Amino acid sequence: MQADNSPPGGQSSTPSSPPADPRLRLVDRTMQLYHHEGHALIETLHAAQESFGYLDEGIMHYIAGRLRVPLSRVFAVATFYHAFTLKPPGKHTCVICLGTACYIGGSRAILDGIRDREGIAAGETTADGEVSLVVARCLGSCGLAPAGVFDGEVAGRLDPQQVLDRIGRWRHDDPA
Amino acid sequence: MILHSEDLHRIARDEQDRRDGFRHQVHVCMAAGCLSCGSGEVKQALEAEVARRGLAGRCQVKGVGCLGLCAAGPLVAVDDGATRYQGVQAADAAAIVDALGGSPVERLRCSGDMAFFQRQTRIVTENCGRIDPERIEEYIAAAGYHGLHRALTGMSRQEVIDEVGHSGLRGRGGAGFPAGLKWTAVAKAGDSLKFVICNADEGDPGAFMDRSVLESDPHRVIEGMAIAGYAIGASQGFIYVRAEYPLAVKRVRHALAQAERLGLLGNGIFHTPFTFHIKVRLGAGAFVCGEETALIASIEGRMGRPRPRPPFPAEFGLWEHPTLINNVETFANVAPIIRNGAAWFSAIGTEKSRGTKVFALAGKVVNTGLIEVPMGTTLRDIVFEIGGGIPGGRRFKAVQTGGPSGGCIPSQFLDMPVDYESLAQVGSIMGSGGMIVIDDSACMVDVARFFMEFCMTESCGKCVPCRVGTRQIHDLLARITAGQATPADQATLEDLCDLVRHTSLCGLGQSSPNPVLTTLKYFRDEYHAHIHERRCLAGACSAAGEVV
Ligand SMILES: Cc1cc2nc3c(=O)[nH]c(=O)nc-3n(C[C@H](O)[C@H](O)[C@H](O)COP(=O)(O)O)c2cc1C
Ligand code: FES
Repeated sequence: MQADNSPPGGQSSTPSSPPADPRLRLVDRTMQLYHHEGHALIETLHAAQESFGYLDEGIMHYIAGRLRVPLSRVFAVATFYHAFTLKPPGKHTCVICLGTACYIGGSRAILDGIRDREGIAAGETTADGEVSLVVARCLGSCGLAPAGVFDGEVAGRLDPQQVLDRIGRWRHDDPA
Repeated sequence: MILHSEDLHRIARDEQDRRDGFRHQVHVCMAAGCLSCGSGEVKQALEAEVARRGLAGRCQVKGVGCLGLCAAGPLVAVDDGATRYQGVQAADAAAIVDALGGSPVERLRCSGDMAFFQRQTRIVTENCGRIDPERIEEYIAAAGYHGLHRALTGMSRQEVIDEVGHSGLRGRGGAGFPAGLKWTAVAKAGDSLKFVICNADEGDPGAFMDRSVLESDPHRVIEGMAIAGYAIGASQGFIYVRAEYPLAVKRVRHALAQAERLGLLGNGIFHTPFTFHIKVRLGAGAFVCGEETALIASIEGRMGRPRPRPPFPAEFGLWEHPTLINNVETFANVAPIIRNGAAWFSAIGTEKSRGTKVFALAGKVVNTGLIEVPMGTTLRDIVFEIGGGIPGGRRFKAVQTGGPSGGCIPSQFLDMPVDYESLAQVGSIMGSGGMIVIDDSACMVDVARFFMEFCMTESCGKCVPCRVGTRQIHDLLARITAGQATPADQATLEDLCDLVRHTSLCGLGQSSPNPVLTTLKYFRDEYHAHIHERRCLAGACSAAGEVV
């Protein structure tokens, strides 16, 4: 597979704009830190996802070229690990824990509530691109089950209504 | 800068003096659980209140690691646990400061105080909730890095290994393999390049011991790894930590930088020839990466798929070099063993399971949180004494240990001592220490289905029995919970469990039937009711419930 050494971007659908996207800085820095060795792939993908929000083809090409690993391996690693997503996330992200303690504590009902009102299942984003729903396997906050993360902020002892309210507030706070 | 032993003592003394300068200590829990309920604001409010009254020189407000009782956060401990407050809000700051040195604020006092805090024996968590995890000086003042100093300057490599061996310490990551034997194997491997890996992947969904230890006392793990590096002859270590634990990652990185600055990591530690470096590697959300060969593949930047063993990582590990892999809690026990001696450690616990075990107590229990008890403590003590029993007037049904690889233990075994052998005897495993209490509102068939769904989605897909078998078992369980299964399905289920168990490549597949097998054994009536009467005894499965 042909790996590409030029920065990603160009096509309108990618999250990066040519030529020197400032968001690439974190990605480049990470690769430098590991002297562009192939085993830095996972760290680099983490950095890329942190900067861009997701991994698109352009950035995977770019990383493959810089680290000199086959694009097939970049793609394999990016799809093997749950932490990486190849789809652009919504404006807000709601993570609901479906680990054991949270499942026993009723997180299924929360997911059902979101499905019924927002029409999205785990891994999906609402049609208006506002809210993404992600399911986690334990956040380590099992003492506060059921737990979730709202735009990076951990919250515990959730119930369906509370979660729907929080999502509602997101909608309310950024009028379309 | 490289420390001498006098420097270590000086830092400890200075820290003690600093501490003694304060009349009162107010500790605010800054671990992930309490932070998510607002302990950051509580700490700020307390600091502001202390400053406003001009008490800053006399009363120290400090952020500490996990105080244990996560269910009741944010937690505040005054004067080293003399008084503990729960559910504290920023608005309570004035009342707490008012009460210093007088009688405590009754409405905030921890009710579960006594048993929860008194019944524990703390080795791994001895500093949790006591020291500020972001200040190495406090760790040093708590005898930190004294074990490393002792090992490097007063013991041969073999003596260190013997000490760990004699202590009886067994791996805390799941299988309970004797640490001394593993260290010996890696030490003997003939290769000049070796590695030490700390397994902080903590994949069991319902376990948070390793997270708490890393967030509350990261230096303890670093010290344990350095001692291990010396003993086996490695100069490079890795901590592989889940990316889902951002706070733990941050604290570990911070701790590594501090240790490097004081020369407790780096070249020529304590002016000996010993050199040791540690790097952090992030996981990326794959349960199977907790398995040691998959974890190694992941550090190498590849897909985390296990490979057959032998060869074991002890001979053929990271980049094909001999590698020691231990769990966070295993390493956390090492420094105290070197400091206090093998005999001290082996006097705690039972004949075959020495020392203590940290458990993450969660699910339907009053006092959810982090506990550490001597091996051999009974389940009843853990759930009903320390855990405070079942909330909401419900009845105890089972306790699940070992996560997706473990089993569900019913009430007839409540008086069983918790140790590696006893748990295995009833079909479960110690696992890494997740302990989920299940009450009578849960359907055990659904619990089995839940775990099988987990294994199905987490199967790496490399071997057929696990990839296909977990899906088949899951689908059968789903049919049972939906009230659509036949008696023949149950027979198929049992056959499949047997097959997957004996033919899978790694522990994930091999142990995935455990939750099904234990529920089949101890809660067979629930399976029977779903299949023959089309109803769920717990009333939890909606589809089956229709035919009540
Ligand atoms: C599917 C699977 C997941 C595992 N997950 C973990 C884990 O999250 N943490 C851990 O320490 N060990 C885990 N282990 C066990 C490791 O393979 C290994 O035995 C352990 O890290 C050795 O350390 P110890 O001897 O100190 O227990 C897992 C094993 C399997 C088969
Ligand atoms: S099970 Fe949800 S935080 Fe652990």
